[in-house]
Amino acid sequence: MWYISRATGVVALLLMTAVLLLGLLVSRQGRLPGLPKFAVTGLHRNLALIAVAFVGLHVVTAVADGYVNIPLISVIVPLSSSYERLWLALGAVSLDLSLAIIVTSLVRNRLSRKAWKAVHWLAYLSWPVAWLHSYGSASDLKGGWLFLLAIADLLVVVAAVGWRLAAAARDVPRAERVGLLMNAVHQRGRNR
Amino acid sequence: MKEKLLVNPIDCEGHGVCAELLPEMIALDEWGYPIIDGRPVPPALAKDARAAVNACPKLALRLVDADGGR
Amino acid sequence: MTTAIDTDLPRLLPRDGRRAQGWREHAARYDRIPYRNAAGRLIADVEASGLTGRGGAAFPTHRKLAAVLQASVRKRVRPAVVANGAESEPASDKDATLLWLAPHLVLDGLQLAAEAVGAESAVLYTHADRAGDVGGRLREALADRRDDRVPVSLAFAPPRFLAGQETALVSHLGEGPAIPTYPVPRITERGLGGAPTLVQNAETLAHLALIARYGPRWFREVGIPNDPGSHLVTVRRADGHPRVLEVPSGVGIASLVGETASIGALLLGGYHGTWVPAAKAVRLRLDNESLRSVGATVGAGILAVLPGDRCGLVESARIVRYLALESAGQCGPCLNGLPRMSAALTALARGRAPRGTRADLERWAGLVTGRGACHHPDGTARFVKSALRTFAAELERHERGQCGASNATPFLPLPQGTARTEEDWL
Repeated sequence: MWYISRATGVVALLLMTAVLLLGLLVSRQGRLPGLPKFAVTGLHRNLALIAVAFVGLHVVTAVADGYVNIPLISVIVPLSSSYERLWLALGAVSLDLSLAIIVTSLVRNRLSRKAWKAVHWLAYLSWPVAWLHSYGSASDLKGGWLFLLAIADLLVVVAAVGWRLAAAARDVPRAERVGLLMNAVHQRGRNR
Repeated sequence: MKEKLLVNPIDCEGHGVCAELLPEMIALDEWGYPIIDGRPVPPALAKDARAAVNACPKLALRLVDADGGR
Repeated sequence: MTTAIDTDLPRLLPRDGRRAQGWREHAARYDRIPYRNAAGRLIADVEASGLTGRGGAAFPTHRKLAAVLQASVRKRVRPAVVANGAESEPASDKDATLLWLAPHLVLDGLQLAAEAVGAESAVLYTHADRAGDVGGRLREALADRRDDRVPVSLAFAPPRFLAGQETALVSHLGEGPAIPTYPVPRITERGLGGAPTLVQNAETLAHLALIARYGPRWFREVGIPNDPGSHLVTVRRADGHPRVLEVPSGVGIASLVGETASIGALLLGGYHGTWVPAAKAVRLRLDNESLRSVGATVGAGILAVLPGDRCGLVESARIVRYLALESAGQCGPCLNGLPRMSAALTALARGRAPRGTRADLERWAGLVTGRGACHHPDGTARFVKSALRTFAAELERHERGQCGASNATPFLPLPQGTARTEEDWL
C-alpha cells in the first residue's frame, strides 16, 4: 500500500500540473491543437476532479498502511502528524486549498465573481506547496528519473506561469482599447 | 417554465465555447462575440443550453425566465 | 394654494427673460413645498398627471417612484435618490440652463421625490465642466433653503458622454468609474450602496415640484394627452446658437427651428438621434406619434439644424468619431464595431472610401445594436443609419469625388480633446 501511495502521489502531482497548464490556457483563450474550444475548459475541469480522486487514493493508502503511523486528521489539518511533520503538513495545506478551489467552482453560480476568483487564484499557491510536499516527503524523487521528472515538472510550470504573466502585462487596459483600435482603423483608411 | 439565453456583455470576452455547444442558437460575430437567439429555448435543446451556460469560462451566459425581465 | 393658477408657459423657466431665480424670487413666486408627510402619498398625483421622464427615456415617473418605494419596503432598507443633471450629451443645454435659472424648482422636486420613496438623503449630480458656474449657483441655493427635510450633497460627473447614463452614474457615485454596469437586478432594486435607487432627470423633478403644488389636472392643461405637460428643448438654429425653450408637447417643429429655407436637414434627439430631411422635418410635431414616422422620439428635446451650406456626412463623421472614442470599451461588439464604423464614415465623408465601405458600415450598425450593456452602440447605429438615409444624395456626390457643401467649418458642438486613460472615467 505504501507503494500505491507513492505512485498515486506522483500521478496526482502530474495531473495537477496538467490542470494548472490547462487553466492558464483557458485564461488566455488558447486552444489545444485539433480539439474544439470547449475541450480546453472541459479537460481543465474534469482533470481537476480526477486529480483530486488520485490525491484521495494517495492519502487513504498512506493512512491505511500500517508501516508508519499517520493519523487521518493530519490529511486535512497540517502539523498534526509526527511522521515527517513538515512535509505532510504541506500536503495537507495543498489538499485543503485544492478542495476549496474545487468546491467553490462547483457552486460557482452562487458566489460573487470576486470571491470565486480569489479562491481560484490560490491554485498558484496550492501547486508549489504540492510540489514541495512531493519532493520533501518522498525519497524516490530525490534521485534517478523521478528526480528529473520532478525538476522538469517544476520548470514547465515556472515557464508557463512566466509566459502567462508576460502576456497579461501586454494586455491593454479597457479604457485604452478603444483609442488603440481607433488609431489602427483610421490609419488604415488614411494609408489607402 | 420557458427559458431564454442571456449574455452579460461586460463579462463576455468572446471565448466562444457557448457557440460550439449550442450552434443552433448561438453564432459568433466577425469579432468572436456571441449572437444569441433570444427566443425561448426549445425543450430538445435544453440540455445543450445548460451545458453551454456551465461551460462558459467567465460565467457570462445565463438562462433566465423568458417572460420576466433580467 | 394660490387661487388663480397660471397655466401659461413658461412654467419652469423664469417669466422675465433670463433672470435667475434665487431663493427670494422662488419664495415669492411659489408657495412652500407641499410635503405629504408620508412616503408614497404623492405617487397617485404623479400617476394622474402622466408625467414621464425628461432625461430621454420617457419612462412613467410614477412607476419608477413606486418601484423604488416597494423595493425599499420589501428589503427594509432606505433608498437612495439622485437628481440627474449631468447632461453629458454635448448638444443639450436644458438641464444646465434649468439648474442655472431655477435651481430651487429642481431642489423642491428632489425633496418631494425623496419623501415619496422614503429616502433620508439625496444627491444632485451635475457636469464637472459646469462645477464653476452651475455648481457655485447650486451651493448658494442649497445654503439659502429653509424647507428641506433631507440633506442634499452635490456630485460632479466626469466629462464623458456616458457619465450621465443611469448605471454609470450609480457606479461613479459608488466611487467607481463612470461607465455603465450590467446591473442584475435593476438599480431600482439594487443601486447605490446596494439600496434601491431612484435616478430622476433634473427637469422631471422640476415638473414634479409643480405637480405637487398645482395638481395633476393643471399639469395636463398644456401639451397633448399622450404626453402631458411642457418640455424644455435645446434648439440649435442655422446661426449655431443653442436656445433653451419651454414648449408644450406636440408643438410644431417648424415653429422652433427658425428660417426653414436655410436648413438642409434636422437632427432630432441629439447624437444618438435621427437625421431627417428638412422638408419632412418641418411637417413634424414634437410628439412620439408624429416622430415615429421618421424613426425618432422626443427624447431629451434636442433639435439641431444642419445649415444648407454644410455637409451632413462630414458633420456625422465628426460626431461618430466622438461617439466611438466615448465607448467604455467593455463590450466586444461596441469596442470592435464603433471604431470601425467611425473609420468607414470618415472615409465616405472624405470621398476616399473603397468599394463595400457603405455595406460594411450598414452591417456593423446592425451587429452592434442591442449587444452592449447600455444603449451607446444602439444610439450610434441609429444615428449612422439615419445619416446614410438622409444624406444618400450627398453620398453619391462623394463617390464621384464631389461635395455639395460650401462651408467646411464644424457646426455641431463637440467637447475638446478625448484622452483615453482609466483616470478619465473617475
